[in-house]
Amino acid sequence: MLYSVVNLPIFVDARAELTAPKQEKALLKIAVNLMVPSATGDGEFHGPSINEFFPDVIFFADTPFEINRIILIRFLAVAVLMLVFWLGTRRMKIIPTRGQSLAEMGLDFVRVNIAEDLLGKKDGKRFLPLLTTIFFMVLFMNLTGIIPFLNIAGTSVVGVPLLLGVIAYVTFIYAGVKKSPGNFFRNSLFPPGVPVFLYIIVTPIEFISTFLVRPFTLTLRLMMNMIVGHLLLVLFFSATQFFFFTADGGFKLFGVGTLAFGFAFTLFEVLIALLQAYIFALLTAVYIQLALAEEH
Amino acid sequence: MLHAVIAAATEEVAKNPLIPEIYDIIWSAVCFVVILFFFLKVALPKMQKLLDDRAEAIEGNIAKADDAQRKAEAALVQYTAQLADARAEAGQIRDQARTDGQRIIAEHKEVATAEAGRITSSAKTQIEAERQAAVVSLRSEVGTLAIDLASGVIGESLSDDAKASAIVDRFLAELEASEAPVAGKN
Repeated sequence: MLYSVVNLPIFVDARAELTAPKQEKALLKIAVNLMVPSATGDGEFHGPSINEFFPDVIFFADTPFEINRIILIRFLAVAVLMLVFWLGTRRMKIIPTRGQSLAEMGLDFVRVNIAEDLLGKKDGKRFLPLLTTIFFMVLFMNLTGIIPFLNIAGTSVVGVPLLLGVIAYVTFIYAGVKKSPGNFFRNSLFPPGVPVFLYIIVTPIEFISTFLVRPFTLTLRLMMNMIVGHLLLVLFFSATQFFFFTADGGFKLFGVGTLAFGFAFTLFEVLIALLQAYIFALLTAVYIQLALAEEH
Repeated sequence: MLHAVIAAATEEVAKNPLIPEIYDIIWSAVCFVVILFFFLKVALPKMQKLLDDRAEAIEGNIAKADDAQRKAEAALVQYTAQLADARAEAGQIRDQARTDGQRIIAEHKEVATAEAGRITSSAKTQIEAERQAAVVSLRSEVGTLAIDLASGVIGESLSDDAKASAIVDRFLAELEASEAPVAGKN
């Protein structure tokens, strides 16, 4: 229904502008300062574009250490994460205080529900630091997507998802090879219980799904969720802005609907942020578990 | 306006979000390493220590409770033993007291009996002595009276003492002989 609103004929010329990046940057700022009347005020609707994920460089331009707005947001997420868990675990008591039980709850969630549940006590403990790092890094960087004035997820640019995907990939291969190289590759490529002639089909499929696709599915699932979430929010809020301050007469009413949906999707994004972090950590644990299993 | 926008769009090609930039990867890696280090060295060891402490505390409490129960049981056994000892001792004391009491009563009875016997025999001796004395005094008085009487009756002084005492002795012997069966009966 919302898409139909956006695709009303009066926006046809607006769609032609979807790739105009400079306009989009202005629009992002508008989306952030929702209630401030538009300074651009050119009377046209501007949808979000992919170039929002490539903001202007702020520091160290033209070096491999360029820092832009999104990188700064990531740094902020890392700082907040460490602050939260530093405060939460600073003075741990056997009978926890309120702050401590929150930190404990978070750490216990990864430890019990992901690490120990899938890998068991011993291996769970081995891979717990990695899984905890993946879960909370993804979670905190996801959550920046709905925090006012940040408004973009640190995980919505390919760097973090790809890095974590590659780390998960390297980790499960390391786990399998260290446990038993022969078993690991035989189980992965020639699953037991399959008739021999079927290996012609099964082995390439297993090879592709295990050794080629896994890091990319992890990367893409997370990044696309965050990109789409951001685009949706920008779309709703910029449409609200447009309806309220630019559109004529009756169209202003549409703004109420888009604002309501923008709000609903903001809440939905919280859920997505948690869910994606959980899925990423869980799948990493599952891959490690499969690699460690004696037989599939 | 529109022309300017289109010109801008062709000028700057939209980037492919799937191709990572070098700086993106570098800073992501920095973030990852920092967080991993933080969890590995700070947060998780503390958490692990807490879990260990908690487990220890729980086990410690259980051990403490076990210990307390053991002590309580030992104390109970001890008290029961002491109570039994005390009971046995009380019984012993009671028996002893009873024996003692009986012994004392018997002794006293014996003493009393002996005393009674002694009193009785001394009384008898005294009575006998008094009787003897009475008999002796009576004999002399009765003799004198009888002679005085007889002198008066016959008018003749029986001044011949040898004769007189022979008569009296004979009389008394007769008297005793007649009394003897009566005394033997008593």
